[in-house]
Amino acid sequence: MGRTPVSNVEIIKNRTVVADDWSVLRLSDGETPESVSIPAGKVIVPFSVWQAQRTLLQDRAPLGVWLASDAQADVLKDDLAHFAVIAVDFPKFTDGRGYSIAYTLRTRFAYSGELRAIGDVLRDQLFYMQRVGFDAFAVRADKNIHDALKGLTDFSEKYQTSWDEKTPLFRRVNRQAVSQG
Amino acid sequence: MYRYDQYDHQIVKERVAQYRDQVRRRLADELTEEEFLPLRLQNGLYMQRHAYMLRVAVPYGMLSSAQVRMFGHIARTYDRGYGHFTTRQNIQFNWINLEQSPDILAELATVEMHAIQTSGNCIRNTTSDELAGVAADEIIDPRPYAEIIREWSTFHPEFAYLPRKFKIAISGSEQDRAATAVHDIGLHVVKNAQGEVGFRFLVGGGMGRTPIIGSVIREFLPWQHALTYLEAILRVYNQYGRRDNKYKARIKILVKALGAEEFGRQVEAEWAEIKDGPATLTVEELQRIAQYFVPPPYATLPASDAGFEAHKADNKAFANWLLRNVKAHKVSGYAAVILSVKKTGVPPGDITAAQLDFVADLADQYSFGEVRITHEQNLVLADVKLSDLFTVWQAVKAQGLATPNIGLLTDIICCPGGDFCSLANAKSIPIAQAIAEKFDNLDFQHDIGEIELNISGCINACGHHHVGNIGILGVDKDGSEWYQVSIGGAQGNNTSIGKIIGPSFSSQQMPVVIERLLDVYVKQRTEEELFIDTVQRLGIAPFKEYVYASPIPTGHTHGEDACV
Repeated sequence: MGRTPVSNVEIIKNRTVVADDWSVLRLSDGETPESVSIPAGKVIVPFSVWQAQRTLLQDRAPLGVWLASDAQADVLKDDLAHFAVIAVDFPKFTDGRGYSIAYTLRTRFAYSGELRAIGDVLRDQLFYMQRVGFDAFAVRADKNIHDALKGLTDFSEKYQTSWDEKTPLFRRVNRQAVSQG
Repeated sequence: MYRYDQYDHQIVKERVAQYRDQVRRRLADELTEEEFLPLRLQNGLYMQRHAYMLRVAVPYGMLSSAQVRMFGHIARTYDRGYGHFTTRQNIQFNWINLEQSPDILAELATVEMHAIQTSGNCIRNTTSDELAGVAADEIIDPRPYAEIIREWSTFHPEFAYLPRKFKIAISGSEQDRAATAVHDIGLHVVKNAQGEVGFRFLVGGGMGRTPIIGSVIREFLPWQHALTYLEAILRVYNQYGRRDNKYKARIKILVKALGAEEFGRQVEAEWAEIKDGPATLTVEELQRIAQYFVPPPYATLPASDAGFEAHKADNKAFANWLLRNVKAHKVSGYAAVILSVKKTGVPPGDITAAQLDFVADLADQYSFGEVRITHEQNLVLADVKLSDLFTVWQAVKAQGLATPNIGLLTDIICCPGGDFCSLANAKSIPIAQAIAEKFDNLDFQHDIGEIELNISGCINACGHHHVGNIGILGVDKDGSEWYQVSIGGAQGNNTSIGKIIGPSFSSQQMPVVIERLLDVYVKQRTEEELFIDTVQRLGIAPFKEYVYASPIPTGHTHGEDACV
């Protein structure tokens, strides 16, 4: 109880490495969403805990919540105003469901606060993650976060729309046909 | 054909740089092999049995002569002098060094090529009709739409880590030559009663261990909405496709579990949210892309050519080649020529650097500098004058690319199998070769008529065995290689999945098994009936009965004896 938020951890936020004063609550074996005690400070709680302890949590600010990759974005659609941070967990970097969750939160439910990727978050996925709406990245602890920062700028141009780019390339620029030959 | 503009160039160039750094980080152990795996796969690089294999994207099977020449260069410089055309209209090189792979991609970029998304759990290279733009039965040229889908799917940020690979095929002809029914999404470009262009969407087809024919979820979608509708399908799949079991992760399993109607309902609900958004296609964009696919400067020619007719009458071998390897063209005086990459003694789809150079030169001289790849692993020169056909035939013959077997027994679709592929349970190339040798007689092949013989070395079905009129699947039993035979499969407008005839066979037995299947056909066929028709009329019983009626000699001294 009363675990002090870890303040020396860094995340990428808005394309910069910054200190992070949030802690992410993950249930340990034997803990249940109903019974787990929420540490003091700025905590990102699992959605299941938000559901189970909503009465206790809804007046607490600031509060963050995280969704598992098998969750649907719409479970939060009526609660968005409660959270200063919404995080989406990537249990494996190859699990791509979080991209659709982020995109839907941003575009359909107009969530405009911090959207953070947590879990198995690696450099080579960051470019895509920022495109679908993530603006904060808790890069996996064993990786060099400054190195990971480079992943945000792998490409300077993109064909299709997503959260970051509302207009597809074909509407955005005048693409002249190249002569055949 | 499509040409890169500055944006395409920039994106591919940045990809090469990104990949080069990924390889550097892997070699420096900054990336584990597990972390590197999906990155290299999305760059077409597989670790195979002996070496790395690089699969290069050939968008919808279209190539310029410069690109074909580049393949020759890559084969010579970085490989062992040859490449292999795949059932997805791509080419792969089997003996690649990891360290050199970024250089290969840099070289490919100089001719507007890449290996993006030729593997991995993402939207793969979109395939199409090899006769697009020239086929006599074409309704709408599908290539502009294929290119639009190529651009949309390239580095789509939301769909790069799907539950499984995702394959789209598009066809715009009366006759489906793109196997659309066995793709995750099959698109038919069609016109409605008002003459408007749109798409019929088939979803959830596929082969592998659970072969399923795709279901139509929309009969007609106006073309402007193609990308938003694709996005809706992919979003539903990304969220609800199974990830607990890779064998149940393809969209076909989701569509089957929900039912096509319910799946379609979910797609429509998702689409309703994004319909008419900025991703809606514009007339201007379609026109920009379409102008790359305008007909080449055809000469005005009569429908027949005297010299051509004379050679055809005089030369039986030439006439045979015309009959099998030359297809009708919608422009008078022209024909589409299929170069057979199925010569007996050569692994199906394999081509040497010298042959690649030859094909490039030939395309420059006789076919507006363009080449296409078929999903049957052959090549097409789409625009050859009738008056040039005899000369072209002589040149092609000298290069071993004129075997007049297109659509016949030895035009075998075959995956690389156990000789190369690390997934394979059994070899497939030697089986194809043994069958090709046994039935090398062209008169016999012509008598048998059109028949599709497809061989896969494992359940992943790269050799499309499920839709072969005769399908052969390599299986592993107690550490030895066996072959399961199915008949009655078909691709095209009447796609069907073949039925297994019974216990599997040893490799040595396979040519005799095929012989017996053909014996039944020859005895039972009515005039004009193809093998597939006879199977459909009689069912598999008479074939099964005869194949297993008496023992077939086997080279194996132990293990299963299929004839007991």
